[in-house]
Amino acid sequence: MMIRVLSTLFALLGAIPSFAQNGPLRIEITEGVIEPLPFAVPDLMAETSDGFKIGQDLARVIAADLTGTGLFRELPSSAFISQVSNFDAPIQYADWKAINAQALVTGAVSVQGSKLILKFRLYDVFSGDELGDGLQIVGSTDGWRRIAHKVSDAVYSRITGESAYFDSRVVYVSETGPKSERRKRLAIMDYDGANVKYLTGSEAIVLAPRLDSNGERVLYTSYESGFPSIYLLDVESVERRSLESQKGSMSFAPRFAPDGQTVVYSLSQGGNTDIYSMNIASGQAKRLTSAPSIETAPSYSPNGNQIVFESDRSGSQQLYVMSAGGGEARRISFGDGRYGTPVWSPRGDLIAFTKQSKGRFHIGVMRNDGSEERLLTASFLDEGPTWSPNGRVIMFARETQGASGRTSLYSVDITGRNLRPVRTPEGGSDPSWGPLQQ
Amino acid sequence: MHLKISFLMVCAVISLTACTSSNRFDGSSTNQAAENFIPGSASDPESVPYFQQKVGDRVLFEVNQSTLTPEGRIILDGQAIWLMTNTDYTVIIEGHADEQGTREYNLALGARRADEARSYLVSRGVSAGRMQVLSYGKERPIEVCSEESCYARNRRSVTVITSGLTG
Repeated sequence: MMIRVLSTLFALLGAIPSFAQNGPLRIEITEGVIEPLPFAVPDLMAETSDGFKIGQDLARVIAADLTGTGLFRELPSSAFISQVSNFDAPIQYADWKAINAQALVTGAVSVQGSKLILKFRLYDVFSGDELGDGLQIVGSTDGWRRIAHKVSDAVYSRITGESAYFDSRVVYVSETGPKSERRKRLAIMDYDGANVKYLTGSEAIVLAPRLDSNGERVLYTSYESGFPSIYLLDVESVERRSLESQKGSMSFAPRFAPDGQTVVYSLSQGGNTDIYSMNIASGQAKRLTSAPSIETAPSYSPNGNQIVFESDRSGSQQLYVMSAGGGEARRISFGDGRYGTPVWSPRGDLIAFTKQSKGRFHIGVMRNDGSEERLLTASFLDEGPTWSPNGRVIMFARETQGASGRTSLYSVDITGRNLRPVRTPEGGSDPSWGPLQQ
Repeated sequence: MHLKISFLMVCAVISLTACTSSNRFDGSSTNQAAENFIPGSASDPESVPYFQQKVGDRVLFEVNQSTLTPEGRIILDGQAIWLMTNTDYTVIIEGHADEQGTREYNLALGARRADEARSYLVSRGVSAGRMQVLSYGKERPIEVCSEESCYARNRRSVTVITSGLTG
């Protein structure tokens, strides 16, 4: 009775604008969130007897996804006043307001053989209302982490108004061994470093894998013939084939066009490196640059009309943009230092790059015309940015200095906040972030 | 890759032999190099170890440069003479970069360096058909410290003898 009264009182107080957030629950990502939004995710309720453990695990993954963005802060269960024991029971908003939980995620899970059924709801505590409708997700128990990521994706999208990136995978190069004898193999993992699967052995050096827009195929460079050349690999079957094996030439830095039918890459012949495109089905190649300088690291704009690449035609490594068919290129980088590995954002608004300046390496972003350059990181060696599918987070590789130098993956958001390591079983480099999975 | 591994093993065997042999000859005639001649060792002017150690199998480059230095030209002159004398061998010229650069750029830079060495050897009369170029970019440093002393030795082209039979 008392609880009821109190909750009513708090509900009334909640209606006073100075007490709660103004308007509906919302985070504007672009403004660079200073104060993360507090939320609570109680363990998901078990609707079948074997659902307890997985209910806890699911809640942990959802919480990790949200806190990992730097936009949210989880309230520990020890702070909870009321327990959620029935998925359909009314929410005691006052109890959640009292601990300043602005968002509340509740869920229930049932396990039926190898099938997992999850229901969840998202509440805007201070408005005292559900944010969006409750959803049910059905999947396999093996793929339980994906189901948790799906919940996180929905929560993130509803609160930020942006598409999310949790149910996505990243292909990268897994590294072991000393610097002078690194062993490298291709691997694919969930965006958070879980579920690593190796796609190649480490007999030959493999470099810079790139996922296609469906997350089904990988382009990469391998030394398996003794010389670097580009390969196409199917993620599911891990079958691979060579795309380019002209004698006396080396090919590298491949990347898919948005249509998935074309690959753009570098070919080195007689010491000169230029950019080519190739139709994957026919093998028909077209030369896009012909200069005596180095032209490499090409990346398409999301609409497929333009290519950004690096060239040292001016005397130092800089970024240029040209039409997807080749031709005249215009320089877009003009700051101090050298610029490389440009990658067009999936939103088309920014280009991420690696910059070397005064003995340090940076990951940075600039607008498509080179304006508003912003450096997001600085270290002895940061390299090779890749975009989250929503264009809000960048993953890259960082190598530490010296004889025992080790390479590992990090992520940072485009405001330069929330730098954090991505945990992988071995060292990692050359990440390529795939699409949000269907 | 297989070729390279077996080649290294041959080297190891040779150097072991050389080591045992020189112990045996120790003290007999230290001043007369000619009497220390061991076929297949660095004292054999037709051997691969001789090419590597006496002629010099590598040339070094300045930061971000692929232009040959005067020292580099002298080494390559020696390589050219050796290759013109020992015509049964084919070579792969490897190009390398130090770690201070992005991966793709360093691959392209290594290719430039290797080709610079190749072109110079061609200009000195070595048949182009006997040579292939290969860039490792920054993937295979020989020195692992993160200082200029190491970087300088990693910015290199290495002429690797791949076989004793042409073609």
